[in-house]
Amino acid sequence: MTDISTNSQPGHGENTPAKLGYSPVADIPHRPRVADTDPKAARRAERQVASMFLLSMLFVLLFFVAYIAIDKSANVYIPVFGVVGAMNITLGFTMGAAIFLIGTGAIQWAKKLMPDVEVVQERHDLSSPTEAKDEAAANYERGKEESGFARFKVIRRTLIGAMVLFPIPLVVMLRDLWVSPPGDPSPSELLTTTLWADGIRVVTDATYLPIRPEDIPVGGLVSAAPADLMEVQELAGNLNARGKAAIILIRMDPSEIVSQQGDGWDIQGILAYSKICTHVGCPIALYEQRTHHLLCPCHQSTFDLADSGHVVFGPAARRMPQLPIGVDAEGYIVAKAPFAEPVGPSFWERG
Amino acid sequence: MSTTNSTSASPVASSPIEAAGGAVATYVDERVGSNKFLGRNLGKVFPDHWSFMLGEIALYSFLVVLISGVYLTLFYKPSMVEVIYDGSFVPLKGIEMSEAYASTLDISFDVRGGLLIRQMHHWAALIFVAAIAVHMFRVFFTGAFRKPREFNWILGVGLATLALAAGFSGYSLPDDLLSGTGLQIARGIIQSIPIVGTWGAFLLFGGEFPGTDFISRLYGIHILLVPGLILALVTVHLMLVWTQKHTQFPGPGRTNSNVVGYPLMPVYMAKAGGFFFIVFGICTLIAGLVTLNPIWIFGPYTPDQVSAGSQPDWYIGWLDGALRIMPNLESYFFGYTISWNILIPAVIMPGLVFTALAFYPFLEAWVTGDKREHHLLDRPRNNPTRTGIGVMAITFYGLLWIGGGNDIIATSFNLTINSITWFLRLTIFILPPIAFLVTKRICLALQRRDRDKLLHGYETGRVLRLPHGEFIEVHETINYKELAVITSKTDIAPLPAPVKVDADGVANRRYRIQALRAKLSNFFYADNIAKPTAAEIEAAQHHVNHAAALEAPLHAYEDADEIRNAHGGVLHHPGMANSNTEQLTGRSEQ
Ligand code: HEM
Ligand code: FES
Repeated sequence: MTDISTNSQPGHGENTPAKLGYSPVADIPHRPRVADTDPKAARRAERQVASMFLLSMLFVLLFFVAYIAIDKSANVYIPVFGVVGAMNITLGFTMGAAIFLIGTGAIQWAKKLMPDVEVVQERHDLSSPTEAKDEAAANYERGKEESGFARFKVIRRTLIGAMVLFPIPLVVMLRDLWVSPPGDPSPSELLTTTLWADGIRVVTDATYLPIRPEDIPVGGLVSAAPADLMEVQELAGNLNARGKAAIILIRMDPSEIVSQQGDGWDIQGILAYSKICTHVGCPIALYEQRTHHLLCPCHQSTFDLADSGHVVFGPAARRMPQLPIGVDAEGYIVAKAPFAEPVGPSFWERG
Repeated sequence: MSTTNSTSASPVASSPIEAAGGAVATYVDERVGSNKFLGRNLGKVFPDHWSFMLGEIALYSFLVVLISGVYLTLFYKPSMVEVIYDGSFVPLKGIEMSEAYASTLDISFDVRGGLLIRQMHHWAALIFVAAIAVHMFRVFFTGAFRKPREFNWILGVGLATLALAAGFSGYSLPDDLLSGTGLQIARGIIQSIPIVGTWGAFLLFGGEFPGTDFISRLYGIHILLVPGLILALVTVHLMLVWTQKHTQFPGPGRTNSNVVGYPLMPVYMAKAGGFFFIVFGICTLIAGLVTLNPIWIFGPYTPDQVSAGSQPDWYIGWLDGALRIMPNLESYFFGYTISWNILIPAVIMPGLVFTALAFYPFLEAWVTGDKREHHLLDRPRNNPTRTGIGVMAITFYGLLWIGGGNDIIATSFNLTINSITWFLRLTIFILPPIAFLVTKRICLALQRRDRDKLLHGYETGRVLRLPHGEFIEVHETINYKELAVITSKTDIAPLPAPVKVDADGVANRRYRIQALRAKLSNFFYADNIAKPTAAEIEAAQHHVNHAAALEAPLHAYEDADEIRNAHGGVLHHPGMANSNTEQLTGRSEQ
């Protein structure tokens, strides 16, 4: 092909020594671009680049218009995207276009109008020349000698000791990232106790209404909490008690119960189980009444609530703890005892 | 040095602005000596390749994250104090929620452009992590981590880890139901660590879950600690790229000891600078068009509720998948519990993966016995074992990722979660090795094809009848570009097996380790298809030329270079690496 040539650019003479600031051109065939040979094409490219920058400015103006004119609660329908906030989409589009066009303009400029001849630079050894290496070594020796680091054994050892010890207080002070509550319970004690105790009423978890056995139909599921939760929560100012005490009540035909964690822990087929997954602690409320399976939405551990809450599938290793329940004098469901085992994810001291 | 002296040395300024600029440059130079740096570096040559933009995307999306993040800090309130929401999003009016969640709603509905910035921040964060991952693949598969770039590989592994930490900590800040569930899982994982786990979780969260401290603690980590570390590592990462100069792909004129490309000023500056605006612009456009993480739909966090089908951001999916497919092993002894079902997938496995990533360059260098500097990139096929290992790792990751979406896959394809989980539990051990073998075979086949191309040219598909009646297929010599690329291959011979006892009867104390090394070396390089020697090529080319010459009158050559190359086996193109020996001896002395 005849038009393959090494492009000669100012300063890029083919065999002339490189001019200051110019690297030698790579010795590979190069085809000139249209804009290199045709001044008209070059003018066209120039106009393209400038109009992109101009458009960018225009979009900034449009951005201001949208910012002032559009009501922030207005929605619009856009095909494919559905109903979207009018403000968000217009601001995003105008600002995005303004920024994007600067980018395309600059790249167009580089591609069409700046030299596209590849140039060459030599690499140099990364390792230091011998003199530098020697100098570094000599300086090190001098430093070692002058400081006496090698000679003063006691200084050296005490320094090492001090350097090891001084960070320890910084770590120790992290201890109070958690200040134990009154009574100084250990983490494992806290993880093992919940609000549930003998006689605590079971109430619905959002409205705090007490529940009678006849409120729950066979096959039904109710998310529930201890009656004193609201008070405790107000007092503590956190959701910790809720996270541990959450339970579900489900009802099945008593004949369908294969086993329970304790004798007579149900009321006429109503069973209470912790709601917190024993895997890593997601709350569970996906219950399939036909199989009595409880399915965790996080990693799909499946528990058989008709059979002591045993794990039938998935990564959870322990059954869901069951809460023994009964009925109080007024006919409402109450707990008969605290949970017999810790609820929620496992931990080292759990045993 | 006087001012007049230094200005007279600089090029003639043609406008008052340039003159002023020159004066500023001089002023600065006299104080910091900046021209020494600029003189050497403004013309620095950068090689061009689309895959070199991946690292740039990571850098630019990080900048977008920084810019949008600063804006978010002005409106976001990192507090878990319960407030009653009274903003303009009607469905949640009057509901009790944390101040963090309420302020995120305000950013989304009551600050003009707030939602856009939130979306930009989140989109740029996703792009950031994705770009880092793909950039890492590029570096791995082309062997860009080899000497002298091992430090940068390790910095990269650190950056990838920090990117995950940045993403996860940010994702949790809005304190919505979805992100809170993520935190609860994170806490369960920390709690599973033997001995220190329970205390660690209590210290981190300031007590039980969720407590009231965690959001504000996470906030400091998210906006200061992690970005600060990322910024520091990115700076060193780029300084190393600068001093070591960028690697380049093989091609005409490119050798292990040069860089071919465009000078920083102006071409690379315009391209890279322009590309920043493109990434920035695209983040803004997507943020305007596609809504991500609509926290107002999820509702405020409470530990006793969860939404079905909840999914983490994409880069956490593989860990979630690992948690999902792990069998439920737990051991109990002396009153203590070890939860292997959490520990293995969520702590040990990722720990091993990142450690293996960090050490890979050193393993390969040791196995190869290679102490040379590498500035010319490998084609993935030319190191089949490395490429196979990479594809194996991607397969492993992909399977875990599928695990992370097993509920979604189950509902969309009408499968049971049981069967998907069992499928994954088995294939996680079977498919990665198969992927390795298949990839290695493909690479070797490609090597063989390259060798054939060098020896016999490529098959044109034109069949020719010779005067004496014989039919031959015309082979044509490959063009100079392909030639340079193919001949860039360096063959590495596997290490010989060590001797147990040497000639003098002295036992080799390092026998075991040397034997292991030789075995690994064989594993890596024994199957390599050697690049033909110059003599072999010459012999074979005769044949090609014979056929080509016969056809010559029928067909005009398109490229003068091809003809030059075709004659007498002249394969040399100026500047091209010619043979293994040249590549091997070139830089190995130092
Ligand atoms: C280093 C990389 C970073 C990543 C990957 C990242 C990622 C994220 C993500 C995914 C979110 C959740 C956004 C949402 O959907 O609401 C977030 C929130 C947030 N980020 Fe970042 N971020 C980074 C750096 C920063 C920096 C440097 C700042 C501030 C200087 C910042 C400030 C914030 C704030 C204030 C929020 C909460 C506001 C909200 O969620 O709307 N981030 N971040
Ligand atoms: S938290 Fe329930 S399966 Fe993981």
